[in-house]
Amino acid sequence: MAKILAVDDSASMRQMVTFTLKGAGYQVDEAANGQEALSKAKSGKYDLVITDVNMPVMDGISLIKNLRAEGAYKFTPLLMLTTESGADKKAEGKAAGATGWIVKPFNPDQLVATVKKVLG
Amino acid sequence: MSMDLSRFHDVFFEESFEAVNTIEASLLEVDLDAPDPESINNIFRAAHSIKGGSATFGFSQVAAYTHVMENLLDEVRAGKRRLTQPIVDVLLESVDALRLLLSSAKAGEDIPEEEFAQHKSKLEAISKDQSSLTTATASSTSDSSAPVAESASGDDGVAGWRVVFTPHKEMMQRGNDPLRLAKEIASLAEGDAEIECDISTLPDWEHFEPLNSYLGWTVRLRQPVEKAAIDDAFAWVENECDMAIVPIPKAQSAPPQPQHEKPSEPAASAAESVQTAEKSAAPAAKQAKPAAVAESQSIRVDLDKVDALINMVGELVITQSMLNMLSEDEALQGMEKLLQGLTQLKRQTRALQEGVMQIRMLPISFCFNRFPRMVRDLSRQLGKDIELMLSGENTEVDKTVIEKITDPLVHLVRNSVDHGIENPADRVAKGKPEHGSVYLRAYHQVGNIVIEVEDDGKGLDPQVLLSKAKRKGLIPGDAILNEAQIFELIFLPGFSTKEEASDLSGRGVGMDVVKRNVQSLGGSIQVESELNRRTRFTIRLPLTLAIMDGQLISLGEELYVIPLVTIIESLQPDPSMINRVAGTHETIKLRGAYLPVLRLSEALDAAQNESEKPKPLTDGIIVIVEHESRRFGLFVDELLSQQQIVIKSLEENYRLIPGVSAATILGDGRVALILDVGGLSQLQKDSEISYADAG
Repeated sequence: MAKILAVDDSASMRQMVTFTLKGAGYQVDEAANGQEALSKAKSGKYDLVITDVNMPVMDGISLIKNLRAEGAYKFTPLLMLTTESGADKKAEGKAAGATGWIVKPFNPDQLVATVKKVLG
Repeated sequence: MSMDLSRFHDVFFEESFEAVNTIEASLLEVDLDAPDPESINNIFRAAHSIKGGSATFGFSQVAAYTHVMENLLDEVRAGKRRLTQPIVDVLLESVDALRLLLSSAKAGEDIPEEEFAQHKSKLEAISKDQSSLTTATASSTSDSSAPVAESASGDDGVAGWRVVFTPHKEMMQRGNDPLRLAKEIASLAEGDAEIECDISTLPDWEHFEPLNSYLGWTVRLRQPVEKAAIDDAFAWVENECDMAIVPIPKAQSAPPQPQHEKPSEPAASAAESVQTAEKSAAPAAKQAKPAAVAESQSIRVDLDKVDALINMVGELVITQSMLNMLSEDEALQGMEKLLQGLTQLKRQTRALQEGVMQIRMLPISFCFNRFPRMVRDLSRQLGKDIELMLSGENTEVDKTVIEKITDPLVHLVRNSVDHGIENPADRVAKGKPEHGSVYLRAYHQVGNIVIEVEDDGKGLDPQVLLSKAKRKGLIPGDAILNEAQIFELIFLPGFSTKEEASDLSGRGVGMDVVKRNVQSLGGSIQVESELNRRTRFTIRLPLTLAIMDGQLISLGEELYVIPLVTIIESLQPDPSMINRVAGTHETIKLRGAYLPVLRLSEALDAAQNESEKPKPLTDGIIVIVEHESRRFGLFVDELLSQQQIVIKSLEENYRLIPGVSAATILGDGRVALILDVGGLSQLQKDSEISYADAG
C-alpha cells in the first residue's frame, strides 16, 4: 500500500485530501507546514508527497527543494496544490524539483485520478 | 465516487473566520512607510487559503471575492504595488464583507447578487487603480504560459497523432517517469496506439549516469483524440523534455510511419519550440522569519467531549476528597503506605483537574483582537486621535467567559472612546497630549481574571453624577454619599452620563446591563476615576464557570452554598436592629439603611424544625447579599466553611427550582444546592408585594 504525505496549513483541505485518499486505499499522513512535513518525511518513507504552496513556517516550494536534496526523495513524485492563477508558482515549483501540480479547486475524483496516474 | 464534502465545512468555516481575523489584525498593525513583508505575507496567505477552500467546497461567492483580494494582495506582496492608506481601508472593509459572505455561506445561502456585486466592485476599483503601482506597466499576472498556437488548425482532418518526446536528462529526478508519461498518452487512444522507444541516444557505458534519463519515445495514436488532452499530459513536463505533437492526416493513417525517426528533428521544427530556460526562483518565496511567533499546534475537539471529561474529573475530585476524609479515621492511622497513596492521589487529582480545566481555556486575545479595529474606526468617525494599548492578551480564560464578556467590554471601550476621551482641542486646552489613550489589560489575580478598561480622558465628575442621580430620583435628595458610592451610581438602571445617547454608545444599553452581564458570570465590576485624569473600570471574573468559591451555610439539616461574590457581609443581628411593622416584611437597620430580610427556609419551603413558630432573627445569621445593586438579608441558621465547589447543573439532572441555580457534591458525599441570589431577590420582592396586598 502506497504511503502518501499530505501537507497543508488549512485543516479543511488537509482533511479532505486525507479522507479522499484513504478512501481510495492509500495510507496517508498529514503535516501542517513544510517544516513538519520535512521532519516526517525524514523519519519515514513516503511514495508521494502532496503539498500546498502557501504555508507558514516553511512553504511548499522550500519543502520540495529540501526534499529533493534528500537522497531518499530524489525520484519521489512531489505534487503541489496550486491555484489556476499561480503560473509563476508552477514554474518556481518545477525549478525547485516538483513533479507536477494539482490545480485548486479540485474534486475528490480528480485528486484520486492524479494520484493513481503518478503512483501507477 | 462523488463524495460529500460537507463533513469538512465546519472546519473550513472555523479556519476561515480565523484567517479573516488574521487579515484584520495584520492590516491594523501594518506600517505603511515600511511594511513588514512577513505581515503582508500573512495577509496574502490567509486570503489565499480562504479562496482555495471556498472554491473546493463550492462557496462560489466567497471564492470569487477572495480571488480579487488575492490578486490585489499578490501585487503588493510581489512589490508591484505600494500599500497605501486607501488600499488598507478598502481591505479592512473587505474583511467585513468577507465575514458577511462566510456567515451567509455557512447558513447555506448567498447574499443578494447586487449586494455582492457592490462589495466586489469596490475591491476591483482599487485593484485597477494605477496610482499605487510601482511600475508603469500595469501588466496583469494572469497565466501567460503555454501559448497554444496552431491547435485550432482543423483537427477535423486528423486521423491520429504522432507524439515524439525526449526527456531531458534530469526529468526522473523530479519524480516524473517517461514511461508512465508514454503510457498515459497511449491511453488517450484507449489502447489503439503503439509506443516505441528510441535507444539511439544512450551514451557509452563510461558516460552513463544512472540517475539520468536518456531514452527517446514515440507514441503513435490511431484515434483523433483532442490535442488539448495530449497537451495536458505534458503540462507537468513541458520544460523538461523536447517534444513534438504531429498530426497524422486521414488519408495516410493506416500505413505505419517509416520506422526510424530522429526525435530531435521534429522537435526542432515543431511549432512548439521548447524553452529550456528555467526561471530562477522568484524572490517572492521568502522564508518565514525565524523570529515570527511560533505556531502552536492544536487539534479541534468537540466541546461536549471536553465538558464530559471535566465532569468526570469533577466526580473524581469528589471521590478523592471522600477518601481523604475517610483517611482521617483512627483505624487507618497505622497504615502508612495507604495514607501515602491517598496523599499522592490528592495531589494527582488536583493536577488532573487543573489540566483538564486548562483545555477549555483560551487566550483572551480571541476577544481583545476586535478592539484595535473598533477603536480605529470609532476615533476616525469622531475626529479623535486615540491609541489603544493592549496588554496581557495571552491571559487564558474559560471559553464561555470569553464569549460572554465580549459585549460588556465593547460597551466599556466604546464609552471610553465616545464619552471618556475629549476632542483633541479640549485636550490641548487642558494641557494634555493631543492623542488620548485607552488601555485594555488582562491579568490573573488569585483564581480570578482581572480585565481593566482605562482611559486618560475627562474622568467622572462626582458633583455632576450626584446631582443627576438626585434629579432622576434614583437616590433620595438628601442622600450623602462618599466618592466611591457616587461612582457606583453609574451602574444604576436608568442612569446615563450623556443626556442624549449617542449614535455610538447605543441606546438603552446602560452600565447597569454591563454590570448585570458581569455578575451573571459570577464576576464583579468596579469603577475608579480622577476628574480630568482618567477613568478605570476593573472587572473581576472567575477563571472558569465550572468551579466557584462558595460559602457553605446550613438550614436545619440541609446544606446550601451562597456564591461568595454576592456576599457583602454576614452578621448576627442585635434585637435593636430588627424592625417589623405589623403586616409588612421584616427589615433590619444596618448603619442607617433599612434592608429587607428574606427567610431562606420560607423562600425554599424547607421543612421547619417541628416548632410552629418562626425563629426570631436573633437566633440565626443574616447574610447580606447583593444582586444588581440591590441588597437584602438572607436569614439562615449557621455559617459553615468557605470552599471551592464544582458546579453541577440542576436542570440537566433534575429540573429548575426558583432560587436555586445549581448543585454541588461535597467532600463527604452530601449534596448541597447552590443559591441563585438573583432569583432570591425576585422572591423577596414578590413577598413584599404580597405583604402589601395583604395589608
